Amino acid sequence: MHKTPLLDQLESGPWPSFIKDLKRVAARKKPAADLLGLLERSYKDKITHWKHGGIVGVLGYGSGIIGRYTDLPEEFPGVEHFHTVRVNQPSGWFYTTKALRELCDIWDEHGSSILNVHGSTGDMIFLGTTTPELEPCFAKLTAKGWDLGGSGSAMRSPSCCVGMARCEWSCYDTMDLCYEATQNFQFEMHRPSFPYKFKIKCSGCPNDCVAAVARADMSVIGVWKDDIRIDQAAVKAYAGGELKPRGGATPYAKLDVQADVVALCPTACMAFDGKTLKIDNKNCNHCMHCISLMPQALRPGTETGATLLLGSHAPILEGAQMSWVIVPFMEMETPYEPFMDLVANITEWWSENGKNRERVGELMLRLGMRAFFKGVGLEPPPQTVKTPRANPFFFWHEEDFEAEAAGRKYIK
Amino acid sequence: MALSKEALAEYIYDMVAKAQGKKNLKAMDVQKAVLKEHPDQNKNDIKFAIKDLIDGGRCVYTYFGGSYIEIPHEEGAAKKV
Ligand code: HEM
Ligand code: SF4
Ligand code: SF4
Repeated sequence: MHKTPLLDQLESGPWPSFIKDLKRVAARKKPAADLLGLLERSYKDKITHWKHGGIVGVLGYGSGIIGRYTDLPEEFPGVEHFHTVRVNQPSGWFYTTKALRELCDIWDEHGSSILNVHGSTGDMIFLGTTTPELEPCFAKLTAKGWDLGGSGSAMRSPSCCVGMARCEWSCYDTMDLCYEATQNFQFEMHRPSFPYKFKIKCSGCPNDCVAAVARADMSVIGVWKDDIRIDQAAVKAYAGGELKPRGGATPYAKLDVQADVVALCPTACMAFDGKTLKIDNKNCNHCMHCISLMPQALRPGTETGATLLLGSHAPILEGAQMSWVIVPFMEMETPYEPFMDLVANITEWWSENGKNRERVGELMLRLGMRAFFKGVGLEPPPQTVKTPRANPFFFWHEEDFEAEAAGRKYIK
Repeated sequence: MALSKEALAEYIYDMVAKAQGKKNLKAMDVQKAVLKEHPDQNKNDIKFAIKDLIDGGRCVYTYFGGSYIEIPHEEGAAKKV
């Protein structure tokens, strides 16, 4: 074992320490021991000692393996190669303990034993192995029914919240959509042919537990079209302190329905006279605030589906962006044909027009929403206008004049 | 005129081989280049011709900031320094 005085300090605090974990693995695995040594060295030198690889992979796949090497292989031979293997996550991250043991056994045999459950892609990340171990590791994984996830300029492994498996608010079956999208886009996941990465994340309601709106190019967020269901007796029970706010997950014993719920509704569309709670549903923007606070009194409506938003990404070419509504409401029923077709149209439009490393959200801004909607074959819905009162101009397409002349109706 | 399956694969292989070391080609660059010379070529044929070249090991996907198609070569980063 290398001496690691700087890293040892990280064990001294009150929090669980990754150094402690790594030392435990290092006792039986050389790569983990050298990983600690290399990290200590980087802390001292104040510079990374990792190099990116760009070629390693398994036959037929352009995704799923991320090559890493150290620039100090003589000193730290255990991490001379330290490639990452992305193992495609199961929907909602449900594993049996048997499956977890199998995965750990494979990684004990073919890698460093260090893993990350889960990476920010949502995949299970096997951290650190050598080039010769990649194919045998992949063979063992596929024999047990696992596959590699996406990486590079490809469709990334779709991910989802636990949805209907555990959550009463789910407005569509997130786990099913995630699974079906994974199956449908196998070619695009394993054979990178986009300008850059493309992520799909599926949340069952606007609480957005997988943070789809900020972390996915295609954010699929469950929503309802009709009215919030109200149980007035339960509202009274909350007001009287018989029911605890947020299922007991707040420090407060009693909810002040007027101050905590009604006054904090972002569109001011609620009213409470001490007895009856009223919601002007036309003005509700589905923020989930009231429902999350009073889950026994309020529930999403029953006409459910999803809002599709496009374009969020971290700063790469442009600054960070949040996803933007492109389809206010889509029914989400298996086999999700309208959804799959739309994603295919979007990735095709983007591949045709995008620059290298330009995310679809950046392209959408560069060419404009007008070109985007036309390019992917969507009607521009009013919900996409971000600041209507500061955005008075609309440039008509040539065919709009013809549609006007033919008597186009705007209110359907 | 559209190329046969075999001729298409050779056409793409030559394109990738010629570009090697000069310009990194993405799958879409390959598709656009094929369509320029053979506008009636089916896009799916191009996708699957690339797949065949990769599956047969004649070409590989590489990643240098973006994903490219190249002739297999030694990993620069793997060399000892
Ligand atoms: C040759 C002289 C002038 C020119 C070329 C001119 C040009 C303009 C232009 C281009 C705008 C923007 C219009 C828009 O946003 O749609 C504007 C706005 C305005 N101008 Fe002038 N202007 C002139 C003289 C004046 C004078 C003498 C006054 C005042 C007595 C004036 C008061 C204003 C005001 C108050 C606005 C803002 C209007 C709004 O709120 O939209 N302008 N001007
Ligand atoms: S996003 Fe909504 S449906 Fe999904 S787990 Fe969170 S609260 Fe439940
Ligand atoms: S969901 Fe949000 S906007 Fe709608 S009524 Fe509740 S607090 Fe108001």
